Amino acid sequence: MAFHSLGRERGDSMVNEHWQMLTESFPQLLEYGIKVTIPLSILSFALGLAVAVTVALIQYANVRFLRRLCRFYIWITRGTPLLVQLFIVFYGLPDIGIKLSNYLSAFLVLGFNEGAYMAETMRGALESVPRGQMEAGYCAGMNYVQIMGHVVLPQAFRTAFPALGNSMIAMVKDTSMAASITMAEMFRQAQIISGQRGDVLLLYCEAAVIYLLFCTALTWLQRLGEKLLAKRGGVRA
Amino acid sequence: MMLDIQNVRKRFGDREVLKGISLTVDKGDVVAILGPSGSGKTTFLRCLNFLEKADGGALVFDGAHFDLHTASKADIARVRKKTAFVFQNFNLFLNKTVLQNVTLGLEKGRGMKKNDARAAALRALEHVGMADRLESYPSQLSGGQQQRVAIARALASDPEIIYFDEPTSALDPELIGEVLSVMRQLAKEGMTMLVVTHEMDFARNVSNKVLFMADGTAVETGPSRDFFENPKADRSRDFIRSILAARE
Ligand SMILES: Nc1ncnc2c1ncn2[C@@H]1O[C@H](COP(=O)(O)OP(=O)(O)OP(=O)(O)O)[C@@H](O)[C@H]1O
Ligand SMILES: [Mg+2]
Repeated sequence: MAFHSLGRERGDSMVNEHWQMLTESFPQLLEYGIKVTIPLSILSFALGLAVAVTVALIQYANVRFLRRLCRFYIWITRGTPLLVQLFIVFYGLPDIGIKLSNYLSAFLVLGFNEGAYMAETMRGALESVPRGQMEAGYCAGMNYVQIMGHVVLPQAFRTAFPALGNSMIAMVKDTSMAASITMAEMFRQAQIISGQRGDVLLLYCEAAVIYLLFCTALTWLQRLGEKLLAKRGGVRA
Repeated sequence: MMLDIQNVRKRFGDREVLKGISLTVDKGDVVAILGPSGSGKTTFLRCLNFLEKADGGALVFDGAHFDLHTASKADIARVRKKTAFVFQNFNLFLNKTVLQNVTLGLEKGRGMKKNDARAAALRALEHVGMADRLESYPSQLSGGQQQRVAIARALASDPEIIYFDEPTSALDPELIGEVLSVMRQLAKEGMTMLVVTHEMDFARNVSNKVLFMADGTAVETGPSRDFFENPKADRSRDFIRSILAARE
């Protein structure tokens, strides 16, 4: 009996220790999530989207040489692993004199990587806009750029919205790769704390939970956005 | 004479779709363009507005000469400013409200001020009986309503001529009447129109001229009354007979 209660006490103190570790590390990880993961995701997504729209527009307009260049970019980017791209840019480029900080490397690689996928999304969305929209625009006296900006692109964005949302979610998860180029982001922080205190399983699960929180929030925003778009005539007949 | 269309030619691959179509249009004319399916009616209209690049032919529009094959961007813009196009499947801007559908071209394409564009749009929408649906999106309208908005979009730019490509063909039968009555009204007000149509009542009673096409040629051109009461070409006669027979 005595022995038993002793064991429980020891067990309780162990649970307490884990619990304390959790309550201490959670705010730390969350802080990195909010200060690094989210801004990095947003900035890289913005870069990716800018790249994607440019690449998709070039392909849509069918400019010969540039179009080839775009296909080449998409081919390379989608055909190689993100981790390898990160290593090439951060560890490799210094060999030829290009030294980028880990932040900048992560930003560029994540942006251009997801940009290739989003370019394909946008290209499909642009091509799904009926040709008649362009023709009606011309007949109303508008020029190519005006029709693109006011009619075709907005419709393409609506079509692409769910897929772009998925890209954003992928982006949030992919930022964890930046840990491999020594960037002080959330997942690397989990690695560092677990190195100091053990509790590897708990810490990594904790990081996973925070990613899950972020992605769940994004999914929720995505649904909300789709509802708002549908209200504004977003559903194509 | 307001518009002289000369010898429009167009081929797709090795298929000659328009073999030299000419037509003279006076102010206030309503020309019905008739002909069997595949005769080139749509292609003809599209060439006139440079939606399709003709292989040859010319327009003399208010005395100014435009080559349909070699026209510069500026010339194309000039011609398009004088004209408007109503499509078979409406082609309303799907991401814009009824009001925006009309104002967009006025503001961006024609550089009109916001308030002026709005006023012109409201006038045009009232004209077609759609002024009570300003904030609706195309997907929330019936086909007949969409086509009336499309006509308002055409009207609002104050064109000298409106091209219609089978404006009622995509509509359910019970919605055709509302669009035709708008067009009849426009004709009465003296709007110049080129109308590709299969609506024989419209061709007979509203249009004053007929262009009958077959196999990319203009088989017969003339006053509507003559065409229906006294067709000259055999093909015209056959066409009228087949249409009347299809009605029985
Ligand atoms: N973009 C295109 N490429 C190739 N062929 C085309 C194209 N557009 C039209 N054609 C062909 O040109 C011919 C004339 O077509 P058009 O649409 O002008 O006929 P239409 O008189 O308007 O017929 P309908 O009454 O069926 O609308 C048809 O044989 C059609 O298949
Ligand atoms: Mg046609």
